[in-house]
Formats: sequence, C-alpha cells, structure tokens
Amino acid sequence: MAAVTNSWATKGGPGVVAIAFWALLALLPFGERFVAEGSFDYYLFMGQAMLINAIAILGLNLLIGFNGQISLGHSAFFAVGAYTAAILMNFAGWPYWATLPIAAIVCFVAGYLFGFPALKLEGHYLALATFTLAIAVPQLLKYKPIGKWTGGVGGLLLDKPEAPEWTGLGQDQFLYYLCLIVSILSFWAVRNLLRGRGGRAMMAIRDHAMAAGTMGIDTARYKTVTFGISAGITGISGALSAITVAFVAPDSFTLQLAVSFLVGLVVGGIASLPGCLIGGAFIVLIQNSSQSISDWMKSTFSLRYDVPAWAIYGVLLIALMYFMPRGIMGGIEAVFQRLTTRRERQP
Amino acid sequence: MREPLLDVRGVAVRFGGVVALDAVSFDVYQGQIAGLIGPNGAGKTTLFNCLSRLYQPHDGEILFEGTSVLATPRHRIARLGIGRTFQNVALFDRMTVLENVLVGLHGETSSSLFAGALRLPSVRREQAAAKERAAELIDFMDLRPFANWLAGGLPFPIRKRVELARALAARPKLLLLDEPAAGLNHDEVHVLEGQIRRVRDEQGVTVLLVEHHMSLVMSVSDKVVVVNFGRKIAEGTPDEVRRDPEVIKAYLGTAA
Repeated sequence: MAAVTNSWATKGGPGVVAIAFWALLALLPFGERFVAEGSFDYYLFMGQAMLINAIAILGLNLLIGFNGQISLGHSAFFAVGAYTAAILMNFAGWPYWATLPIAAIVCFVAGYLFGFPALKLEGHYLALATFTLAIAVPQLLKYKPIGKWTGGVGGLLLDKPEAPEWTGLGQDQFLYYLCLIVSILSFWAVRNLLRGRGGRAMMAIRDHAMAAGTMGIDTARYKTVTFGISAGITGISGALSAITVAFVAPDSFTLQLAVSFLVGLVVGGIASLPGCLIGGAFIVLIQNSSQSISDWMKSTFSLRYDVPAWAIYGVLLIALMYFMPRGIMGGIEAVFQRLTTRRERQP
Repeated sequence: MREPLLDVRGVAVRFGGVVALDAVSFDVYQGQIAGLIGPNGAGKTTLFNCLSRLYQPHDGEILFEGTSVLATPRHRIARLGIGRTFQNVALFDRMTVLENVLVGLHGETSSSLFAGALRLPSVRREQAAAKERAAELIDFMDLRPFANWLAGGLPFPIRKRVELARALAARPKLLLLDEPAAGLNHDEVHVLEGQIRRVRDEQGVTVLLVEHHMSLVMSVSDKVVVVNFGRKIAEGTPDEVRRDPEVIKAYLGTAA
C-alpha cells in the first residue's frame, strides 16, 4: 500500500516546483555566455524542438496515459497541424500566431472523427488502425491533385517569423519564447482538465470503463472527445514545428515520428505531466547523442568501423526501461517517495 | 395504492440456448431493504446487469418510478436514481479514494471540458462543493484516513466501503448491492449490516441486495425474493421465505 500524496504534495509543493521550473526555462535564452561562441542559436533551436516534442507527447499522454486508448498515428495529426499552419501562412498570408488555434481546431475535428471507428477497437486493434494513419498521411500529402497546396514531395518553404522590434530579441530567442508560451498554456490547460470533472471521467474510463458508465459517464462521447483533444494538442505542436523550422515536407512525418512520440511518452513516464517534458527533451537529446557516442566509441577504442547509432539508441532505451520501468518521472517519484516517507516517520 | 419504486415485470434473458432469467417479476417499494437470493447461477447478477443496462433483456419491462429503465441509455441510469456496487468491486484503481467518490458525483455536476481546461470560477465553485459532498461520504463510510490513497492498493474490505461511498455520491434513490458481504469476515459483516441500515435510515436510500450470506439477508431485509434457475420461486418477508417448501428444496435438495 502506498499513499500517493504526502503532506508536501497536498500543500501545493508540486505547483511551486512547476512554476520554478517554467521560470528557469524562461531564463535559458539569456545563458549565451555559458556556451561556446556561436553555438547558442543551435542550443535554442534544440530547446524549441524539445518543447515542440513535449507538447506532442502531452497530447499523446492525454489519450494513452489518462484515457487508456492507444495511438501509433499521432505523427499524422502532427503533420496535419504543420500543413494547416504552412498553407495558411503561404497561401492565405496569415500571421504565424493565428495559425495555431486553427491547427488545433482542424486536428481536433480530425481526431474526433477518427475517435468514432476507434470506439469499436481496443488495444492491439486500435494500435493497428492508428498505425494506418501514420503510413497513409505522408503519401496523401504527396498526392498530385492537392500538390498545388501541399507542395507535393518537395513540401513548402515558409518565411521564419522575425522577432518584433520592441522585444529586442534575436530570431531564435523569440521562437524559443513562442514555444515556451504555447507549452505553458497547453500544460496549464491539460493540468486543469485532469483535476476537474472531465479529467476524472477520462481516467475512470481508463481504469474501469463499465463502472464509469454506471457512474453516469457517457463513455463513448468522452473517448471520442478525448481523441479529438489529444489530436488537437499534437496538432498545435505540429504547427509550431512548421513555424520554427520554416519548412514542411511529407517525409518529416513518417511512422518513425509517431514511434518517437511513443518512446518519449514511455521514457518520460506514462500518465505524468512533467514526464512529457522529460520525454520531449529525451527524444531530441538521444537522437543527437547516439551519433556522438558512436563517434566517441570509434575514436576511444580505435575501432575500424562506425558503431551504428541506432543500435546505441536501442541499448540506451533497454537499459533505461530496465532501471526505470515507469519512466524517468516514475523513477524520480519512487526515490522522492522513499525520502519523504522516511522523513515524515520521524517525530 | 402506492406506486412501487422499482417494478420488474416478466424479465427474460437468454445467453444462446441458456435461459438465465425466465419471466421474473417483483417490485420494491421506497424505503425498503429488499434481498434477492438464490443458489449460484440462479440469475441474480444477470438481473442486476439488466437494471444497470449492462445486459438487454429479450422480454419484459423494468419500471423505475414509472419510467422505463430499458428505454434509458446506460450512462443515464445514475441520473435516473439507480446506483450500484459490483460483485468483484469495480474501483478506479489508479485514482485516489477521494477521486473515486468524486467520479460518483459525475452526474451531479455539469461543468464542461472547455470550462474545466480554463478553470473558470464556476468550475472552482462546483469542484469545491463536490469535494465537500465527497468528504461527507468518506466520513460516513469511515474512510477518512484513506482519502488520498490510491484505491488499487487498499485491502478488500476497505475497497468495498469505497465502492459504497462512490455509489452513494450520486444520491441514488435505489442502491443495488451485489454481494456486499462476499470476502468479509464475521465482524466486518456485522459492520456492513449497520452500514446498510444507515444508508436506508440516514441517506433515505432504498436498497436491493443480492447476497449469499443468509443471516445478513434475513436480518436486514424487509422482504426477500428467491430465484432459482432463472425463475422466481418465492417472495415475502424473511420469515415467510424461510418456511417456504420450494425455497428449502432449492437450497437443501429434496429429502431422499
């Protein structure tokens, strides 16, 4: 038996930590002096990618971690969000910020509609059905008749938004803040949702759908709407990605992207909100560091051939799952729980 | 004459060729504690599942305060005023005891997902009121020390109490209890008996319970309905039922 909350948690401790953490993230763009000359924009770009992935994983977590459905197809909603932003900016001349809510709405509708067939499917079957989304969407984006809008195989090149004069920020600093603000709003909204009536209904369906129905919860409606919200959040991250990268192309949104969201989710911690941020950072870091570990091994052990980076990625993943089966956030919570319960037992 | 709260009329359920319920009729009046008994496989839980719309009967009608239960979708049954517990205890294991009870209040509250995401003042007010009601029920079921524990890790007798608190949250008029005494020891059954009485006397809830624990049913019930092989074989006060030759035959078999 374990109490999930101790006095620290009930007295608002996690909220204070969360605010402190977001504040720290807001200070990072002023850390230029701490990194090597000229590399700072690259770090800022990585920071943007981490936050974008974190939002995508947040959407996926709402579906998998809090509602007990599965999706191997969230790359498709990410793609739809990205193309919505790209097309609006490119052909309709919309300002970048106005594309974000539209991407959310378009993806919400797409996810909501997909939620209906998903009602009939569970577990492995739902995984397969969503898998088809992930493989169909990149091909659909290359489809000739709509090529005028999507740019076909070549995709669309966009103008990167400039920082407004009054901010005094560089372009990458500004885009980092854009991602950070959207992240904060998304995480805040999801946290509110989960603490309220609707979020409890989602979790009740996850834990025992039949009992949830008996409690007066319209399980079918909640499952389709949750699918929609999940897709909508991931769509926002797709739009952010189009804005910050200033380029969309079908082959950026393959099944591999969907799987990497899933990896981030599991590594960060299923049904954990801080876990989404950890997962988002993880998938950006590991894709970069697998290659550097490979290079390091080659030079240190004077190997004749490269160590395959993806094999290193695999080994790292297996090791992580072995030591922290509930993800990094699950591991942190377990350690924290052990420390605080011991302290509280003392008179 | 007064209308019955629950009126079960000729309900029949078949699973393939197996007849689980065969034209079962009985009624329950407001303020009663009614027991539904019968040997294993007699169709008691099947009847409960018809009442909470988990099964669709092939024939018959169920009226609750004159409204057709069978014409009401599953998620509206709680709103109609029927709550239930499950034979195997169906809690939301990865949620706390408090959250479980709050889910029971789902139908009593109404804030939308959108308002919830923005945490509007109306949502906060509703949430505060819901928490207050949940805390009352947690106290009523003596669950205060466990309020912030995950339901999944609690011992079985406590889990049964959580389920009862959750079912009461929706302010049901009729509470269906499916084998509330199963898995409890002698003392715990005694406590349960008091709780069932308090549910009726203090919360004003009519109770229909399926139970194998004879002494509990006989002491707590105002009336008892006996089913065997899907058919009602007796109905009456505990004393009448105890003396009924059909009932004795069903439970003990015929003397050789």
